[in-house]
Formats: sequence, structure tokens, C-alpha cells
Amino acid sequence: MSDILIKIGYALASLFLIFNYGLLLIGVTMKIIARVHGRIGPPIWQPYVDLFKSLSMRTSISHGIMFYLGPVFRLAGGVGLYLLIPAVYGSVWLQNFSFSGDLILVMYFIFFGMLGMALGAGESGHPFSAMGIMRGLSQVTASEVPFALAVIALAAQHHTLSITDIVAAQQGGIAHWNMIAKPVATIAGRLAYLGMMMHSPFDVHMAPQEIPIGPPTEFNSSFLVLLQSNRSVFAGAKLVLFMNLFFGGATSILEMVVKTFLIFQFCVVVGVVFPRFKVEQSIRWLIKIPAMIGVLAVLIYTF
Amino acid sequence: MEDKEIKNVMDEGFKPEDYFCDARPKVVTPVANKFVRKFYNWAQANSLWILAFGTGCGSIELPPLYTARYDVSRFGIFPRPTPRQAGVFIISGYLSVKTLKRVIRSYEQMQNPKFVLGLGSCTVNGGMYFDSYNTINRLDYYLPVDVYIAGCMPRPEALIAGFNELKKLIKEGRAEGANKYVENLDWYKANQKKIIKDWDLPEYNW
Repeated sequence: MSDILIKIGYALASLFLIFNYGLLLIGVTMKIIARVHGRIGPPIWQPYVDLFKSLSMRTSISHGIMFYLGPVFRLAGGVGLYLLIPAVYGSVWLQNFSFSGDLILVMYFIFFGMLGMALGAGESGHPFSAMGIMRGLSQVTASEVPFALAVIALAAQHHTLSITDIVAAQQGGIAHWNMIAKPVATIAGRLAYLGMMMHSPFDVHMAPQEIPIGPPTEFNSSFLVLLQSNRSVFAGAKLVLFMNLFFGGATSILEMVVKTFLIFQFCVVVGVVFPRFKVEQSIRWLIKIPAMIGVLAVLIYTF
Repeated sequence: MEDKEIKNVMDEGFKPEDYFCDARPKVVTPVANKFVRKFYNWAQANSLWILAFGTGCGSIELPPLYTARYDVSRFGIFPRPTPRQAGVFIISGYLSVKTLKRVIRSYEQMQNPKFVLGLGSCTVNGGMYFDSYNTINRLDYYLPVDVYIAGCMPRPEALIAGFNELKKLIKEGRAEGANKYVENLDWYKANQKKIIKDWDLPEYNW
């Protein structure tokens, strides 16, 4: 019994860490993007203020049961994803609920929240929501193809689907990292990651200039708090996943922070340099280049 | 032909009420606990989301406000494209009667607490359009205004000063426009109906 309680305590502490890390990461990123634009930019604690502001709204409007459940599913997807990935290798409390064979479940969880959100936003009845969902889901589906191929290449090479085992195999120096040892799979994964993080050039489903903010158009007040929390947890979880798969994992919190920050900067830098793709362009690109690199990776490592 | 099509859709069980609620709104008082209230007011003041809705010539002052020259994001002020999430409505300049209809709809869809900034002389007394047949003269007959920024056109600096004034009001808990609108709803509605001749809006929609 006490074993379970300790595990729950660890999970909550671990979530608290990634939640705050994710929010700060968003704040720092806003600052960096502002500096590229030649602006001073908001303070790095702005995501916290926005969160409390949404929490302090006095009214909120709902459109039905699924509208309630949409953000809940979204957050459950983010939290579930994070709790299945070992954040710090060898740490007792940041090991989370990782078990052997979790890579398939993790890939499912990346998609789970989006489908829940699609149902919730669909119930709002707003045409812009439906448009954002259609664009977002088709783009994420397209980016899942190269990501799945990269994961298959890694799993075939390591003979395991356990993230912990993949991290364990990469210990002992930078030469053992999949980034160096399996560069083709890494390239496919990193390019898929661009599509998954939904930063520019792959942010057309949010398209704040043409369609208001995409799927969350109708979500307000406390619904928005759930979505904002998910944004930090989900981003952090995906970063930790990529760190574990390709960049040797982390053996301390500091190492995790430095590595995930640098991984994230890749999509930030690409985002500030390249303008937005249309959805058909991004799908075509994701299926053409990263997916073909992924196929190459599978062929190389399987035979 | 068109009427028949609309009727068929209605017959299939689609009701206008499914897409908006026209129930009479209620006054929502702030949190009773003093510390929580102060904290919430602080959060509201430091995270102002402007509804991306330019009503008149004043909206040309907004792009320089967001971009490198004036950059209001450093004060926690951001544009937000949907009324469900936005908290500040800038009535930027003259407001034609046709636009007023859309402004009322958007304002009512925003969540409490919400703030209105009247930008330019046109919102104070009609400005240079005081005798025009299709613009309104005084904005606060139709919506509760928190801060007026006088001038024709006010420069972005004036707008920033207006935001600072609004922040002060919010922190002091005096920016209760949303509740004021609800308390005096009949008066506001009567004024709105007086000027909007082809009134085809629900009484209140949110």
C-alpha cells in the first residue's frame, strides 16, 4: 500500500517539475522569438500570469458534455504521455511509470489527446474550430509517419520497445548516442518532430491571422487553463521522449534541462527563420522528405 | 427557395439555441477573500488580451503597438483573435451603426471580467464625425467604457498610457464594466435598439 502511495507522490513531484519546466520553456521561447523580431518581449514568467488570469475569469461558457471532456482528454493525453517516459535515467522518482514495451503506448498517447480535443472542439460548433482540427489532425498524422519509421528503425536495432532499455544502450559517452550511432533515423525523427511541435512553419492549424487560434476558438476561462497546462506538460514530455530516443537520455535533472532546451531550440530557430507552410505543403513535405529518410533508416538498420 | 432550405434545416432539429445562449446574464461578484481578489486583479492587469477587432481608422495604431517600435507584449498585452478568450475590447475610432451590431455581439461573447477602451475623440463625442448620419457619437450609451483615450489620432504612446490607466483601475478593482453592463442591461439595450433600426439580434447572446 505504502509502495503505491510513494509512487503516486513521485509521479506528482515529477509532474510538478515538468509543468513548471514547460511553462518556463514557453516563456523563454517567447522572449527569444521577440528578440529575433527586434522586440523586448514579455517577461519569462508571462505564461504563469496568463494561466492565473484565465483561472480568475468569473464566467465560462460551455457547449455540452464533450466540450467539457475535450480539454480533459487533452491534458490526460499530455500527463499520460509524460508519466510513461523515464525523465531521468537511473533516478528513482523521475523514472515515472516506464515499463518494457512502452514505446508503442507512448506513440498512441501522443495522438490520444488530439482526438479528444477534436471531439471537444467539434461540439463547440464553431466552423473555425472544425477547420483547425482538420488541418491539425492531417498534419500530425503526416508527421507520425516519419516518426514511426524512425522508432521502428531504433527498435529493430536495439531489439527492444522499452525506452529505458534504449536509454541504457546509449550510456557511456556521446559516441553511443543514437544521434551519432544511427544518424539517418535521428534525422527522420528530428524532422518529424518539427511537424509534431506545431511551431512555424507547421502552425497553420492555429493560424492566428486567418482563423482565430484554431481548435481552441471557443474554449475560455477554466477550459483554457487545462489547455495551457497541457501545452507545457505535453511539450516537456515530447522533448524528454526525443532526448531519450536520440540524445542519450539524461542522468541528472540539469542534464535533462540542458539537453531538452537545446532540442527545443531547434524547432524555435526553424520557426523564426521559415514562414508558414500551407497544410497541403506541409503534408507533402513530411511525406516526401522525412518519411523517405525514415524508410531509408529502416532499410539500413534492418538489413 | 432559400427560405425553404433554411426551414428544412430547422426541421431537422437544429435550433438557434444550440449555438448560442440568450439567457439573461447575471452579475458575478469578485472573490470574497481579499488576498485572492487582489491576486486575481493583479493577474488580470498583467495579462491583457486584446480582441483583434478594428472598428475604425484607429486600428491602424495597433500594428505598431504589437511590433518592434512600441512592443506592448513587454507589458503583458497580447492580441487574441477570439472573443471567448479576449478580455480587452479597443473601440478604435469612429463606430458606424453597422459595426455597432457586430461590436455588441462580440462584446457579449467575451467573458466576465472584460474591459472596453475607447480610442480617439470619436468614441467620446463623435469627433469629426459628430454630425454623420451613420456613426454613433457617444460610445458609453451602448457599452460600458473603462478608459477613454482622447485625440485624433492618439499616438501609440497615448494608447500605452491608456493601458496603464486601465491596469491601475483593474488593480484597484474599479474596472467592473461587465457587471455594470449586466446591471443596466435594459438601459443599454434600449439605447442600442434606438440607434440600430434593423434589430435582428438575440436579446443577449453568449
